[in-house]
Amino acid sequence: MVSKPLKRLAVAGLAAALALSLAACGKGNSASSEAQTDANGTTTLKMWTHNAGNDKELGAINQIVADYNGSQSKYQVEVQAFPQESYNTSVTAAAASKSLPCILDVDGPNVPNWAWGGYLAPLDGLDDQIAKFLPSTVGEYNGKNYAVGYYDVALLMQARKSALVDNGIRIPTIDQPWTRDEFMSALAAIKAGGKFENTLDMQTGDPGEWWPYAFSPQLQSVGGDLINREDYKSADGVLNGPEAVEWANWFRSLTTDGYMPLKSGEDPGQDFLNGKTAILYNGSWGAAGARASGIADDVVFLPAVDLGNGPKIGGGSWQWAVSSGCAAPEGALDYMKFALQDKYVAAVAQAAGTIPATDAAAAMVPGYEAGGQDDIFRQFSKQFAQVRPVTPGYPFIATTFTKAAQDILNGADPQQALDQAVKEIDSNQQSNNYFQ
Amino acid sequence: MTQTIGAAHPEPPTVDQIEKLSLRQWRFTKSKQSQRIAAAWLVTPACALLLIFVIIPIVLTFVLAFTNAKLISPTGPQFVGFDNFARLFGDPLFWKSLRNTVLFAVFVVPVQAGLALVLALLINVKIRGVNFFRTVYFLPVVTSMVVVSLLWKLLYQPNGLINNFLAVFGIDGPDWLGNPNTALVSILVMSVWQGVGFHMVIWLSGLQTIPQDMYEAGAIDGAGNWQRFRYITWPALRQTRTFILITITIQAFALFTQIQVMTQGGPLDSTSTIVYQAVRVGFSLQQTGYASALSLVFFVLVLAVSLVQRYLTRDKDVKK
Repeated sequence: MVSKPLKRLAVAGLAAALALSLAACGKGNSASSEAQTDANGTTTLKMWTHNAGNDKELGAINQIVADYNGSQSKYQVEVQAFPQESYNTSVTAAAASKSLPCILDVDGPNVPNWAWGGYLAPLDGLDDQIAKFLPSTVGEYNGKNYAVGYYDVALLMQARKSALVDNGIRIPTIDQPWTRDEFMSALAAIKAGGKFENTLDMQTGDPGEWWPYAFSPQLQSVGGDLINREDYKSADGVLNGPEAVEWANWFRSLTTDGYMPLKSGEDPGQDFLNGKTAILYNGSWGAAGARASGIADDVVFLPAVDLGNGPKIGGGSWQWAVSSGCAAPEGALDYMKFALQDKYVAAVAQAAGTIPATDAAAAMVPGYEAGGQDDIFRQFSKQFAQVRPVTPGYPFIATTFTKAAQDILNGADPQQALDQAVKEIDSNQQSNNYFQ
Repeated sequence: MTQTIGAAHPEPPTVDQIEKLSLRQWRFTKSKQSQRIAAAWLVTPACALLLIFVIIPIVLTFVLAFTNAKLISPTGPQFVGFDNFARLFGDPLFWKSLRNTVLFAVFVVPVQAGLALVLALLINVKIRGVNFFRTVYFLPVVTSMVVVSLLWKLLYQPNGLINNFLAVFGIDGPDWLGNPNTALVSILVMSVWQGVGFHMVIWLSGLQTIPQDMYEAGAIDGAGNWQRFRYITWPALRQTRTFILITITIQAFALFTQIQVMTQGGPLDSTSTIVYQAVRVGFSLQQTGYASALSLVFFVLVLAVSLVQRYLTRDKDVKK
């Protein structure tokens, strides 16, 4: 049968393989590999960002890192950029193998989950600095600040002015947004005008976090919510109550009445600029592109619709945090302190076309100064923003809500779909002992 | 296993014997031995890779399936017995996903295997330009499935190329991927288009192993085209057939990329598959234990189907 040397070698090979994999685990447990100190006493800190597909914002981040690396010789920050689609998966995989970078960015609503899971360390000693930031840009969990972002974004209705004026529709203001009835008759009038392929586009083709980010505020505006925020224990009554069902029916009616495509095209922003769409539900990040386009004079940025309970928009965008496994936390915090200066907040917000998180930074970004053309977005954010549920169960809630909302849009029975979502969310919160 | 290298020496030579061997014989034994060592070295990397990337993960899956492991959690996994499986079999989404997976496999296997055979027969001729067609049929295979899915997603758009083409004939095409009745079929057609080239090449290699003199003998006996295919080609392709059947089945059961890129399981779960659910549950819903249970069920399913296929396609002529 099998010869002796073969057996011996096979055993040796398996042993080596095992040793290798064990060594890999061992290395991970100490997590020290992510902060290496070289002969000159310079410690390298790894930093991950989701910005690989966004050259302008990545450029601004790289500039901060270059400035920081040039300002001292003790630490050297090294940026690694990921595409947004695979970023969260990469971080979770890295955390599972205990090889998280020292500094990383995190989408606001995921902060409680990552903090609870032990990925993130509190930003100790930065509280005074963080106090100057818009509340929706701070990732707080259990009374501690775990993350802070340079900017927030505001949801809005980006509309063709001519479509409103030609059809005799009132242009809403922040003090007097559209009511639901007004909105529906506006849609009917624009559709009757027949000039646009899509009367409304709410970017329903986007499979990611857009769904909970964009549509749960509408649910809140009707009077429902993703989970009961008193104690974060159950979604019963808020996600499947009469208000939620009313929202679901309204949401579905937008496609059945032919105002909105069931699934928007590959690039809804471009569809709007090309004159296919009259009203685009979009974020403030789209403003720069619209103003630079050929139809710049014909675009207005309107507040979200008041569906009964006042207009609501999602708060919290990408934020920066320090990982708990970082071997040189003082270095990571030192970088954070440096990077949170107002001039950098202004630089990143300007590059990303987003709302600067501090007042001082807002004054530095053209357009966001008081009375500037972009100041309205900051006002939207201040008045309407509501952060997504602050519970480690949020990723589960978001995924479950997305599926329910997609099913509803495709014709599932609203009450049934929402009941099912509530059942799943409640059982997840419970099986985690309510994240106590 | 009886024909291993060592079989040349049923009784290994003792040291005494080796010393008495002539130089020629000694060299022979020596080279045999070094061959064995070389073989062992050659097989070790493959074994190590298999162990790390296949065997250990499979064992882990088996263990995790009986725990409440979470992707992100401050506490470690706890043993929960068959809870995950009880939940799994009570979940309507699992049954829908299973149904879709089986439906997909049932249609994709004969269609893809049949079409591949037809293409292989077409290009197994000696005429000018046949290489051009071989390349054309094989092109989709070397293109990444993600890219193919993205392109076909555009083709399937309500106002995409396919519907514009149908409109020429006055047909109002549906929203292919947005309609629960057409979504799975649309993905099936695309998958066959992408995968057919690969199996065409396998069929082709099978066809080219059939000795030409068998066809000549058939021609002398006056066999027509159909008879030649029925009584020479088809029986001679038995080995190839088994291989193709099993690989397409496993591939079809593992349907994931197309779903992830094109429909995310929608609309109304009409394209949800078991592997897609395992990934969604494991990563988006962060329930590693439950996802492992799903994977375990999937493993058993594929294993069972493969065994049944092995049994049905076994060599019935082999004497006991």
